[in-house]
Amino acid sequence: MIEVEGISKSFGAVRAVDGVSFTAADGRITGLLGPNGAGKSTCLRILSTVLEPDAGAARVGGIDLAAASLAARRVLGVLPHSSGLYQQLTGRENIEYYGRLHGIAEDRLAARVDALIERLELGAIASRKAKGFSQGERTKIALARALVHDPQHLLLDEPTNGLDVMATRHLRDWLRELRGQGRCVLLSSHVMQEVDALVDELVIIAAGRVTLRGSPAELAQRFPGRSLEEIFVEAVRGAERSAA
Amino acid sequence: MSALLTVCRKEILETLRERRTLVSLLLGPLFGPILFTVIINMTVSRNLTSLDEVLEVPILGAEYAPNLVAYLRARSIAPIEDHDIQDVEQAAELVATGTYDVVLVIDEAFGKDFGTDRAARVALVVDRSKNRAASRVGRLRGAVDGYSQQIGLLRLVANGADPSLLRPLVVDELDVSTPASRSALMLGVLTYFLLFATLTGGLHLAIDTTAGERERKSLEPLLTLPVARSSLIVGKMTATVCYMLASLVLTLAAFTIALRQMPLEQIGMSSNFGFATAALAFALLCPFAPLGAALMTAVASFTKTYREAQTYLTFVLLVPTLPLIIASVLNIEPEAKLMWIPSLSQHLLITTLIKDQPLTPSFVAISVVSTLALGGLLGWLAVRLYRREAILG
Repeated sequence: MIEVEGISKSFGAVRAVDGVSFTAADGRITGLLGPNGAGKSTCLRILSTVLEPDAGAARVGGIDLAAASLAARRVLGVLPHSSGLYQQLTGRENIEYYGRLHGIAEDRLAARVDALIERLELGAIASRKAKGFSQGERTKIALARALVHDPQHLLLDEPTNGLDVMATRHLRDWLRELRGQGRCVLLSSHVMQEVDALVDELVIIAAGRVTLRGSPAELAQRFPGRSLEEIFVEAVRGAERSAA
Repeated sequence: MSALLTVCRKEILETLRERRTLVSLLLGPLFGPILFTVIINMTVSRNLTSLDEVLEVPILGAEYAPNLVAYLRARSIAPIEDHDIQDVEQAAELVATGTYDVVLVIDEAFGKDFGTDRAARVALVVDRSKNRAASRVGRLRGAVDGYSQQIGLLRLVANGADPSLLRPLVVDELDVSTPASRSALMLGVLTYFLLFATLTGGLHLAIDTTAGERERKSLEPLLTLPVARSSLIVGKMTATVCYMLASLVLTLAAFTIALRQMPLEQIGMSSNFGFATAALAFALLCPFAPLGAALMTAVASFTKTYREAQTYLTFVLLVPTLPLIIASVLNIEPEAKLMWIPSLSQHLLITTLIKDQPLTPSFVAISVVSTLALGGLLGWLAVRLYRREAILG
């Protein structure tokens, strides 16, 4: 479970995140939805411990990020906005490198990487250098890399960015599988239709604040006769008006 | 600790696979020795011409002074005929265009004036802006002066005067330099190349592991791993040090081989730069590698892109070479207090080695300790900089 309580973060005069609170439960896919520049990436960066919030607190699996960031990172798998693979390493070596840095012993590591390569169907690219990978292949390897230590929590920053239809479908299938294993999946997106089919819980964020929360079904009930996209657009407009 | 080694090993492997980087890493160390060989060989051949070779000089008006021409011949200066030279202007033109280094013009009145109380005249047509010609001109001038003096002395004797009247002062020069110390002057440039090669060996990695990794967006996921940032950056700096030392070894090896091929003795220098000296020089320079790695990493972590880092580091490369330039200009001798200055201390110690003088153990100790201490300080700074959020850009 990921718990976020009133986190804020400013870069100079810009208040990127302004008192954001939400919870992402285990066994559910939570979608952080908002327009570009709403503060989604900053939220995820705070949760992945590369940024520290100016105010507020966050816990991952009950571990307070400020108090024990190293312990929190052990239960977190992160797929950042850019896959950031090492071009000169093969797909397999990229995954192994992260496994070693997670402290996985060599004998267990080989088995673990084999299993990931098989499950994510990476056999064809595992022994090739990452240099020539397509966007879809990069995302696949980056996902395998994020899962190498079998984390309970998964943070994905716009994971379907740049993926074609097939790759997007595959990714959704894996995320549902991870949910089925009882993991806590938190992803960000700026495309309403995309999360509609996938997420159990929506957190709409605009101008650094949470403007609306609830499952797609709940939201449909609360705003009868309107599509999720209309609800999203309205929530974002309202937040941007009050921020201005 | 194991995370540190994992990072170090990966950085080494990744760099090994990058062909362009690797080629520059292998060719970089050869640059110094090759330049050195060329310069020394040019110096040697220039110095040697004045001693052994027959110097061919066009002489205008040779018929007016057969004795002078015979005197020059005896000193391996051979007159050559050139019918293009009919007067001084033509001679000047041929010297100016570089056809000849020097032309000797004997005055028409030479024969008439010679033997009277009027001085007979000769002219040397030269171009002083040509350094290359200096030794040939000097040789010809020396020979002509010699002839003049000889004739003068003979005339004094013929008149019953003591020739020593003309030499009220005798200057004796005692040159106490040994071949080894003379070579130190030239080989002093060697430390410069060695320090430079050490730094450039780690240049790519220092940039790649900070600015480069940020630019390629691989830094952010790396920072989400349960590894202290200090382990990451120290692992990266360790890999950088490995490449720096490899570059230093290659440069030393290339120098050792190159200096063996050089005719240093012929220009009055000796080189004791054998395997043992090279190994000692390596040991003396070793502490400099962590210092350089930390300095370059710290500077590179301020920059946003690989290119920007490259620009800044080009200047940083000059910093450690600054003390060397000052040292060679001021002709500084090794002193205990100078051993506190990294790069200068290595320069002075290696120069001592080349001079074949004994190393002072306390000097070596100060050099090693001060260099490692400054390296540690800069390493600490690099770790601090890596911990900042701004490292993500």
